Amino acid sequence: MTLRDKACVTGVGETTYMRGSTQTAFELQIEASLKAIADAGLDPKQIDGVIPIGIVSATAEDFIDNFGIPDLRFSALVPHGGASPVMALQCAAAAVAAGVCNHVLIAFGRNVTGAAATKAGARIHTMPQFHYVTEFEYPIGNAAPAQIYAPMAQRHMALYGTKVAHFGEVAVAHRQHALLNDNAVMKKPMTLEDHANSRMIADPFRLFDCSLESDGGAACIVSAAERAGDLKHRRVFISGTAAGHPDQPGAITQRPDMTSLGIAKAAQRAFQMAGVTHADIDVAEIYDCFTYAVIRQLEDLGFCKKGEGGPFVEGGRLRLDGALPTNTHGGLLSQAHVWGLNHIVELVHQLRGDAGRAQVKDAEVGLVTGYGDLGDGAVAIMRRD
Amino acid sequence: MTHAMNLTMPETPARPSHKITPLSAPYWEAAAQGRLLLQKCASCGKVRHYPRMLCDACYSAQTNWVQASGRGKVHSWTVCHHAFHPSFVVDLPYTLVTVDLEESVRALGRWRGAGLVIGDAVVAQFEQRSEGPELFFTASPRTE
Repeated sequence: MTLRDKACVTGVGETTYMRGSTQTAFELQIEASLKAIADAGLDPKQIDGVIPIGIVSATAEDFIDNFGIPDLRFSALVPHGGASPVMALQCAAAAVAAGVCNHVLIAFGRNVTGAAATKAGARIHTMPQFHYVTEFEYPIGNAAPAQIYAPMAQRHMALYGTKVAHFGEVAVAHRQHALLNDNAVMKKPMTLEDHANSRMIADPFRLFDCSLESDGGAACIVSAAERAGDLKHRRVFISGTAAGHPDQPGAITQRPDMTSLGIAKAAQRAFQMAGVTHADIDVAEIYDCFTYAVIRQLEDLGFCKKGEGGPFVEGGRLRLDGALPTNTHGGLLSQAHVWGLNHIVELVHQLRGDAGRAQVKDAEVGLVTGYGDLGDGAVAIMRRD
Repeated sequence: MTHAMNLTMPETPARPSHKITPLSAPYWEAAAQGRLLLQKCASCGKVRHYPRMLCDACYSAQTNWVQASGRGKVHSWTVCHHAFHPSFVVDLPYTLVTVDLEESVRALGRWRGAGLVIGDAVVAQFEQRSEGPELFFTASPRTE
C-alpha cells in the first residue's frame, strides 16, 4: 500500500498576519481552525482527528471542549519545529488512508512579537530537542537560529562558491511575491542592493536573510479522498509525502555533513510515491527560515546538484514568471512565520486556482516542504483533481 | 584600574548558565580544570560528543572519559554581530568556530584570532569565568 492520492487537503484557513497582535496564540489557532473547517464545508463537530502543531497552545482536548466534538478518534503530536506541519500531512494522510478517521484538523497559532521572553533567541533553550545547544553552545553565545545555522551557510559558500547575491535573489523573489499578497507582513519593495546593505546578524546572514517574527494562525483539513468529493472545493490530492532526519539531529556542530538536511533522505521517496518528476512541479513552497535554507533544499530535493543551488536561483528562476515559482505567498521571509503552515495553505490555493495576483497559470502539481529543529525535513507533493 | 572602571560601567548581565546533566558532569568537571574530555566507548572504542548514553556503533552504555589533544581544524564559523542574549552585547562582534577535533568529533568554541579559513589548524583552551568554563580556540603555533 502507498499513501498516493489517498488523502486530500479539503480546507485551509489563516488569520491576519501581523506584528503586535493582541490575540493569544490559542485564539489565533482557533480562529484559523474555524476558517479552515468552514472552507472545507464541514461543521466543527465533524472533525474526528486533530494534530495541534507545536506544543505551544491548544491540546487535542481543547478542540473537543471548544467544538463539542462528539467522537475524536485520532490525535497526534509531531514535534519537529518547522517540519511539523508537512510531517503532520503525512501523519494525517496515513490516518485517513487507514480508515482511522475521516477529517484531520492541523492547526497552529503563535504570538511572539510581544515580550522579549518569547523571541527566538530566548525560546529555543526551553525546548528539549535543543538540549545539546542549550548545554554546550548557548553559554558561549550560540543563542538563536541565525547563529546556529550560519556555519552551514558559511561552509556552503566556502566549498561551492555560493554568493551573497544568491541569497539576495531568494530574498527579493519572496518580497516580490509578498507585494502581491494582501495578507503579508512586509509591504515595501526590496532590491538586491537593499539585501546586501541590510545589517549583518550572524555572518553570512544579514537581516533580510532571516525570516520574520510575526503573529498569526493557520490551519488545514486533511480528509480521506473518498470523503473529499462531496466537500466545497475541487480536490487537492496529497500524491506523495515523506519525512527525513539528518544524522546527529540534535546539534549542527556534530553533523557529519552540516550542509545536508533530513529532506535529502525524504525527497526521492516523495517523488516516487507521487509518480512525478521535477519537471512536473509547477509551483514550490519551500520552507524559508533563511534564504540559504531555500537554496540548500533545492539541492537536497534534486532540482539541482549539490553546490549548484546558488547559480540555480539566478536570473529570477524562483519568481512568479520564472521556471520554478517559489513561495508565491512571500514565505516566512516576507509573508509571515507560522512554521510553514502558510506554505501548505498557499499550495492549496495555487492548485485550486484561487491564489489571486500570485496565481501560477495552470498550476496542476506542486510541492511543499517543512524544515525544523536544525534539519528535520518533510516534503509533500500535491496535485489538483 | 580595572576595579575603578567597573564601578562606572553599567553592570553586564551574567551569561546563560551551563545546564550540567549527570551524563555530562565529567566533561564540565574537567573543563573547570582546563581539560577537554570526550566520551570513548569502553566496548568498541568509538569516541562520541556531545555526551550521550549509548554508543551508536555497538549500543554499549559503558564509557571512559579520555582527554582530547586539543588540536583540530576549522570546519566552519560565524561572526556574530547581533546579541540574542544581553550578556553577549559587550562581546560584539564575536566569532564562533566549529572545529574538527583530531578525535573525529567536533567542538564549538569562541575564536580568538584573525580571519578564518576552512582547514586551518587550531588549538583548544578554556577560560575560567564566573559563569563556568568557556571553550575557545586560537591559531595553532606553527610547527616545522
